[in-house]
Amino acid sequence: MVFKLEPRAVSSRVMIYQSPIIAVFLTLLAGMVMFRLMGTDPLQALEAFFIEPISTMDGIAELLVKAAPLILIAIGLSIGFQANVWNIGAEGQLTIGALFGGSLALVFYELETPFLIPAMLLAGTFGGMVWAAIPALLKTRFNTNEILTSLMLTYVALLILSYLIHGPLRDPDGFNFPESRLFHNSALMPVLVEGTRLHIGILIALGVAIFAWLFIFKHMIGFQIRVVGLAPAAASFAGFKQKKLIWLALVISGGTAGLAGVIEVAGPIGQIVPVISPGYGFTAIIVAFLGRLHPIGVIFSGLLMALTYLGGDSAQITMNLPNAVTGVFQGMLLFFLLASDVLIRYRIKIR
Amino acid sequence: MIIEFVIPALLTIITASTPLVFAAIGEIVVEKSGVLNLGVEGMMIVGAVGAFAVTVKTGDPYIGVIAGAFSGLLLSFIFGFLTLYLYSNQVATGLALTIFGVGFSALLGHEFVGQTINSLPKLNPSFLSDIPGLGPLVFAQDFMVYLSVLMTILVTWFLMRSRWGLVLRAVGENHDAAHSIGFSVTLIRLLAVLFGGAMAGLGGAYLSLAHTPLWVENMSAGRGWIALALVVFASWRPWRAFFGAYLFGGITIIQLYAQGFGVDVPSQILSMLPYLVTIIVLVMISRDDFRIRISAPACLGKSFHPYG
Amino acid sequence: MKLSSILTSLAISAVSVLFLSAATISQADPLKVGFVYVGPIGDHGWSYEHNEGRLAVEKKFGGKVKTTYVEKVPEGADAQRVINKLASTGHNLIFTTSFGYMNPTLKVAKKHPKVHFEHATGFKRDKNVSTYSGRFYEGRHVAGLIAGKMTKSNVIGYVASFPIPEVIRGINAVSIAARSVNPEVKIKVVWVSTWFDPGKEADAAKTLIDQGADIIMQHTDSPAPVQVAEKRGVWALGQASDMTAFGPKAHLTAIIDNWAPYYISRTQAVLDGTWKSGDTWGGFKSGMVLMAPYNKAIPKEVVAMAEKARIGIIDGSVHAFTGPIKDQSGKIVIPAGKVASDGMLAGMNFYVQGVEGKIPQ
Repeated sequence: MVFKLEPRAVSSRVMIYQSPIIAVFLTLLAGMVMFRLMGTDPLQALEAFFIEPISTMDGIAELLVKAAPLILIAIGLSIGFQANVWNIGAEGQLTIGALFGGSLALVFYELETPFLIPAMLLAGTFGGMVWAAIPALLKTRFNTNEILTSLMLTYVALLILSYLIHGPLRDPDGFNFPESRLFHNSALMPVLVEGTRLHIGILIALGVAIFAWLFIFKHMIGFQIRVVGLAPAAASFAGFKQKKLIWLALVISGGTAGLAGVIEVAGPIGQIVPVISPGYGFTAIIVAFLGRLHPIGVIFSGLLMALTYLGGDSAQITMNLPNAVTGVFQGMLLFFLLASDVLIRYRIKIR
Repeated sequence: MIIEFVIPALLTIITASTPLVFAAIGEIVVEKSGVLNLGVEGMMIVGAVGAFAVTVKTGDPYIGVIAGAFSGLLLSFIFGFLTLYLYSNQVATGLALTIFGVGFSALLGHEFVGQTINSLPKLNPSFLSDIPGLGPLVFAQDFMVYLSVLMTILVTWFLMRSRWGLVLRAVGENHDAAHSIGFSVTLIRLLAVLFGGAMAGLGGAYLSLAHTPLWVENMSAGRGWIALALVVFASWRPWRAFFGAYLFGGITIIQLYAQGFGVDVPSQILSMLPYLVTIIVLVMISRDDFRIRISAPACLGKSFHPYG
Repeated sequence: MKLSSILTSLAISAVSVLFLSAATISQADPLKVGFVYVGPIGDHGWSYEHNEGRLAVEKKFGGKVKTTYVEKVPEGADAQRVINKLASTGHNLIFTTSFGYMNPTLKVAKKHPKVHFEHATGFKRDKNVSTYSGRFYEGRHVAGLIAGKMTKSNVIGYVASFPIPEVIRGINAVSIAARSVNPEVKIKVVWVSTWFDPGKEADAAKTLIDQGADIIMQHTDSPAPVQVAEKRGVWALGQASDMTAFGPKAHLTAIIDNWAPYYISRTQAVLDGTWKSGDTWGGFKSGMVLMAPYNKAIPKEVVAMAEKARIGIIDGSVHAFTGPIKDQSGKIVIPAGKVASDGMLAGMNFYVQGVEGKIPQ
């Protein structure tokens, strides 16, 4: 028996929706084998991973809290990726955004006003844009590859955060420990469900997703971005300004990353700390592609990705599985999800 | 003064740069074939644990080096299979490979935490290494340092001078054309990916056998990412990558030296230097935009569908 | 396994999952104790030692307790979720073992007033939140005495992580102790801006040795600096755990984080119903800080001096920060005859004399 891939005449519309389901099914099978090999009860482990985390209201709230930054960043990135602009420094833009927005909260530490949060969100978005503008400037001005500059600037951003939090931004009453003051209520994201950490960040993420959808599919610039990605030669022929699109792609993705950063510090964290993001800027790249660079797809892939992290917690807590297993399992799930897209354009033939 | 400070600093720089050289040179071959594998960090850490584990079991670090290369190669096979045969997205698959690799290495390495090994010996032909100053620098390294230079030479020759190197570049520049004149694009890319995996594995092996002969989780600490950046820095040229690795490693060490000498600049600012200098140097060399454009493989990151 | 049987078992799983969650709640439970670690337990450093403490609890109480740990929990938004998860899955005693967990722990503690929380290295407490930490500077004092006696070049190299009071306190304790037996000693500090990167720690150690240090101390987590010292033929002092294996010749001794006694006593307190919120800053006396076996190469009289200091610290006759102590500018910060208060130690943010360079901030 030999499996062979055979191209379809037209891409399967059914498979666009079915292939992720097949991937999840395959992951469950492979996960069962893996957990059996490791000597744990596979069914219980899978339950811990996928069901237990969202079996309570609190769990669902946490899922949305975790997914919000991933979705936000991934939406910005997917716009850039469609234009073949490779911003892989969203982690750094997130950090600078968090610093811009968070610093505003510290400067107006005692100000009680409903305008503070909107101002912080704007400042954070602006901060991310500023940090992404550096690769954009270097790319358009000096032809410097943005993969390198955006990645290197991530490390610089993390060191800037480290410097500020071990010095100027330190809580004056905090015994010189590296953390800022706790933000006042007016600098915190309003909570949606009392008793949980669910804040309006997820609504912002959804709003940005809808906006991005309109932008990409209904606006002329969105159209240009897609054309540039698909056929750069045609795009320059049509007179689209490549430089303008590079700027746009980087500044948009930097802005959403910065917004995600300020949402983290003003949301679940509530102060500036030395570790703001557990690598959201990198994880969001996967989220963007899992969602096939489509805003609606990104919402689902962001939720799924967030679930695997929550699943990792509960697998450790209820099954005593080491964290390493989480990574392996997460990697496996991603492999299946990414590979199953092949079924959209190909069918499997058995000889 | 020179001999007292510069020579020891150079010795430290060589050790810090060698793992980057291996990983970056390997990735250049991968990318020249048109494949973008962002999973270098994952392949490196699996190479590190594979090399260390085998060295513990066999007591022979040379067998460990081979095991490291093989571990990296095996992991890269997953990537190659998914991206080349199932056409999965290269960027995302590479990142997933890193997540998988970090977890997998921790799982494999669990029993080796806290164990010690004989590190990779330094070659020491005494009549040469006794030459003051240059002797220890040039003649008394471990064999992997020389191997890293050799691989740089070999890969340069392969890409620029050999027939198969030309084929590999053709595949990276225009896979449809290469396919139409009868080359197996997929197989050539798979071999390139496996080579990149083995090289990243060697970089990892250098970490766990020579740089710091021990195994701890996450010990590669982001070096795979630096190697990726160096490929871009080098505009896909092996010698430039070699130079880039030494520049990056060099600045890292120099800033540590500066701290030790009591330079009055906050350490975080000094720690930014390797990243900033890399950016600035790249800006300077990439202003000549025609040369950059011809060196980036045109099909980089794009899946090849042999059926059209 | 055939496909059909896999499918069957999947179907069974879907059903059993529904019952499973109900079944796990109704057992007569042992005391569940949760631990949250910032690193992997395979780091052989900070998190590794906390996990050793957890294992000691399991060993001591057997079936009476059940322990759980979550490793590699980032100090940002995730910490609160993990701690909350532990609290809401029946864990009645939770140890959060990194400074960055301080505010998350307090927030969760408010929501779970019946659960006992223990936060390491912080300064905020609540009715159900205790804090604990080690007086590792006591160990640094003993290490500093040995270093001051053993150095020939009079340069002690110090691989440091981040400029927080804990690290600065350690550097100062070493300087004061070393200079008390050898006034010529200087401390060279290199900051690597990470707790954990073996390669970078090794490079920093090499740098310090190149610049004349013949004793390497570290406040980072991996044993790499000890390995470097061994290779270069200089002395080293281990951090967090006994690192002799990584440098049998170089390793003079190490300051060991020993959390087991504290974890056992707090678990016992919860079992007995006597748990009270408080602040524990344990040193040699409570056994939270230990010295690893002294290297055979240390002369007898030096060992005797080190032991005398250690015993003096235990009986209270010796304090690592006894005046007169001057800061770098020569200003007296602790007058003669006085010892530093715990408050001063907790927020320490200046270098004493003998330390080179400035605190990066």
